[in-house]
Order: sequence, then C-alpha cells, then structure tokens
Amino acid sequence: MRPISDARSTKPSPMQPIISISNLSKTYANGFEALKNVSLDVRKGEIFALLGPNGAGKTTLINIVCGLVNPGTGSVTVGGHDIVADYRKTRSMIGLVPQELSMDAFETVVATVSFSRGLFGKPADSAHVEKVLKSLSLWDKRKDKVMTLSGGMKRRVLIAKALAHEPDILFLDEPTAGVDVELRRDMWAMVRSLRDTGVTIILTTHYIEEAQEMADRVGIISKGEIILVENKDVLMRKLGKKQLRIELREPMATLPASLSSHGLDLAEGGDALVSTYDASADRTGINGLFQDLAREGIAIRDVETRQSTLEEIFVGLLEERA
Amino acid sequence: MNIHAVRAIYRFEMARTFRTILQSIVSPVISTALYFVVFGAAIGSRIPEIGGVSYGAFIVPGLIMMSILTLSISNASFGIYFPKFTGTIYELLSAPVSHFEIVAAYVGAAATKSVIIGLVILATAALFVPLRIEHPLVMLLFLVLTSLSFSLFGFIIGLWADGFEKLQLIPLLVVMPLAFLGGTFYSIEMLPPFWHAVLLFNPVVYLVSGFRWSFIGASDVNVWASVLMTALFLAGCLAITGWMFRTGYKLKN
Repeated sequence: MRPISDARSTKPSPMQPIISISNLSKTYANGFEALKNVSLDVRKGEIFALLGPNGAGKTTLINIVCGLVNPGTGSVTVGGHDIVADYRKTRSMIGLVPQELSMDAFETVVATVSFSRGLFGKPADSAHVEKVLKSLSLWDKRKDKVMTLSGGMKRRVLIAKALAHEPDILFLDEPTAGVDVELRRDMWAMVRSLRDTGVTIILTTHYIEEAQEMADRVGIISKGEIILVENKDVLMRKLGKKQLRIELREPMATLPASLSSHGLDLAEGGDALVSTYDASADRTGINGLFQDLAREGIAIRDVETRQSTLEEIFVGLLEERA
Repeated sequence: MNIHAVRAIYRFEMARTFRTILQSIVSPVISTALYFVVFGAAIGSRIPEIGGVSYGAFIVPGLIMMSILTLSISNASFGIYFPKFTGTIYELLSAPVSHFEIVAAYVGAAATKSVIIGLVILATAALFVPLRIEHPLVMLLFLVLTSLSFSLFGFIIGLWADGFEKLQLIPLLVVMPLAFLGGTFYSIEMLPPFWHAVLLFNPVVYLVSGFRWSFIGASDVNVWASVLMTALFLAGCLAITGWMFRTGYKLKN
C-alpha cells in the first residue's frame, strides 16, 4: 500500500488525496486485462473527469473503488482507508451513480431514496431526504412510482439515492448519457453546487464537452493505462493549439513564396489562409504574418481565431499512442 | 453491525410482500384449503385414523411444511435474484454491509413471511379439522428452523440463478418431488420396506416427521434425528452462502 500522510484521518486536508490508487491491475476471468498498473490520486473537493474510449477501463476502475468488482493486484485507499480491509468506512464515504438506470420500478421516489440512506448505515432523516429531493427538483414527484418517471427524472433519482447518505465522494458514471441538452446543463449546475459543498466528484463521460465545462482535473485512460493526468486549464494551454483563419477578399490559386515560412495552409477554394500556432509561445509569428500579407498586397475580409477543444486534445493523445 | 442497512433491506422485502399480498399470502391459503377439501374431506373420509388422529388432522403438519418449503425458497430466491436481474444489486454491493448482514436481512424477511404463512395455514386448517398440538414450542421451533433453512437454500438458488428458468428449476425438479415423497400425505411406515429405506435419504421426511411429532406426538423417525437433520441442512446452506460471498460467485467479477 502506498503511504499517504495522515493515512488514518477520515477528513483529509484539501491537498491530500481523498482517493489514492497504487499500481492497480485487474484481469478478468476471461483473460481480459482491464487495468494495467494504474496509479492515480484524486484530491479532496475537486471535480475529476476520467476520459477514455469504450473498453478503456473507466468503469472497471470506478467499480473496484466502489466495491462492485474484486480488485486484482495493487491497492486503493479512500480517505486513508483500504477499500478491502476497511470497506465499511470507505463505502460509507462514497455515493455511486451508475451508467444504467437501475432502480426498483415499483417503489416511490421517496421510498427508494430513504432505502438508500438506510442501506448505507444512516438513520432515517426525512429532513435530509426532503432537502436532496428538493435540490434535484424531485420533491413534487416524491410519491410517484419510479416507473412512471421520464429517463431524465430517473437519472435524478439515481443521483438522489447516491446523495441520500451524505457521501464525501460522488462517482458519476456517464451521468448525462441519454439526457437532453437542457437537463444536461441543469445537471452540470447541480454537480458544481455539490462540489461547492465540499463533495469530491469523479465523473466518466463520453461527452468531452462535459469534462471541459466542469472538470478541475482530467485523467485520460486508454487500454487499461492512465496516459495523462493534468489540470484541465494547464492541459489545454500545454497541448491546446490555436487556429487563425484569415478570410481573403480575393481567392488565390497558390500560396505566394514569401508566405511559405509562416506554415500556412490554403483553405479549399483558396478563399482563406489557416495558421495553427501555439498560443502559449512567446512568439506566435502573427505580427510578422500580417506584415507580410500587407507587403504582398493581400486584402483581408475577416479574421477568426479558435482554441482547440479538449476533445481534439483527447483524440490527438489517443492517436499519438495508437 | 450496520443495523440500519439490515432494517432497510428487511423492511423493503416485507413491503414487497404486502404489495403482492394476493400472491404472497392469499394464494397459499386458498391452495391449502383446496388440499383439505380434496384430501381431508373427499378422500380422507374413506381413510382410517393414522397415529391416533383423523387423516385430515394427520396431513396438517405435512401441508404446512410443504407450503413453507416452497414459499421460503421462492421468496428468498426471488428477493435476491430480482436485484440481480434489474441491476439494482450494484447498490447492495457498494454499500457498507457485510455478507452476514445481507443474508440476515434477506433470509430473515423470507423466513418471517414463511412463518406468518405457516401460522395462517394452521388457522385455516383449524376451520376444516379438529387440531391438537401436543408440543407447541417444538412446533414453533420446527417452523422457524425450517423457514430459515429453506429461505437460506432459496437465497443460494437466487444467487446461483442467471435466468428465470433456473430460478424455477430446483424448486420444481428437486424440492417439489422431495416434498411430495416426504410423507406429507402419508406415513412412510405405510410403504414397502425398500421404499421406506430409500425415503430415509430424503431430508424432507425428517422435517415433516419432526413437525408432525410436535402435533400428534407420533413420528416416522426419531424427533432428535429430525432436529439434527434440520440443523445440518441449515449449517450446509450457511457454509455455501459464506463461500459464495467470499468468492463473489455470480455477484462480482
């Protein structure tokens, strides 16, 4: 087990990892190696987005931490407690929102949320259940049977169930899969407000836009290996490229030789020049480019810049490793 | 001990029973009443006394035992199989509950239902035949032990089954024949020596016999052998359940 400072404390300081995964490997009975020597720390109070293509090992990793899958080799601690030896402490700190909408369809909303609270060892507390249901706009539906709810509402009930026992950590496995745009934005706001109350959030998602919108840090997993963990803003600065598109007043057939040193691409149709540059570099070369364009007498109709998205960074990283 | 979790699961399971009260309680009572009409009144009137009691009174312990065997198994197996089927088992597996607590809650709820149904059938039987219970405490002991053992057995079936067909397989192909051949409707003394010897390998014989002893004070096998067999069956089921949870058999990858 990797030692972390004050390993027995249940209330780690903000800089301490609340989840610490060390050299974790998992091979399923059919021989599939889902995780290969994964080490990862998740800090208290952050929103951590775990990105990866299908079959990368995201769900296996979450399921091991939550107790749904037996760990292979390596160790996992939550709040300084080992997930196997101290499973009661670790599991009571965690709330899990699974990918599938799995709930007892015949129960009412309030009954299923209250059940979850009891299951996780907390005494009945109707005031807390009411608070959770109200925060998720479920209070009006509390007496409805789960099977009568829409997909988006069912997803909210799953979140309410996960929050019923006041967890320190919330795992959201593809939380907005199949959810419409409006509800997705509501959910993002809800996740942010949870983070503001001190809950650590780990989410896996296929919507990179979601990670870009919400995450403090991003981990990228591919073929069972963590290939990168970085602060989202730093990642976008370090690996993000900026694109400058210069719309021309008159289309050109070929690029003049005097502009060849700027690494420009001529857009299809010849009506625009495209320059990709590192926005964080001291010298971007943009000044020189505009001077050369003026010298050549090339008239500009419009200028547009665009920052590469987290998705492009993600795809780029995966392609690099392919 | 996570007493809140045990209580939550137990209440949830009991609430399911009351949601499906027709299937859970009314149905076994009607079935038993029909047995009394057919075997007690129609056929039983032509059969002489057995063990000093009328045939109708003789079959009461067997009928109660047969009902609680099948109901314990079906309630407990369905209780744990349904979360597996719907996927809600994730919540149970990720909760801070021990294997013992899970088993105690599910099996406790299934056994409670069986005991309630057993007593309801007993009350129904009293409407049809004059009843005499010589050893009421032993009767209750057998009722509780059998309900617990077979609920545990049902729980194992529910963990093992990966489809509704498998869920019905053991109750229909194994338990029901054993129950019918376990002396529910007859004393095994009535059988030829060969079949009498064969049936001594049937664990249900011991349950029915012990239970009947508590009613009429007569039995096919020694009452202590019945207690021992029930306890052994309970211990065997506990050992299998423990192994299933330790290894995550059919629960965890």
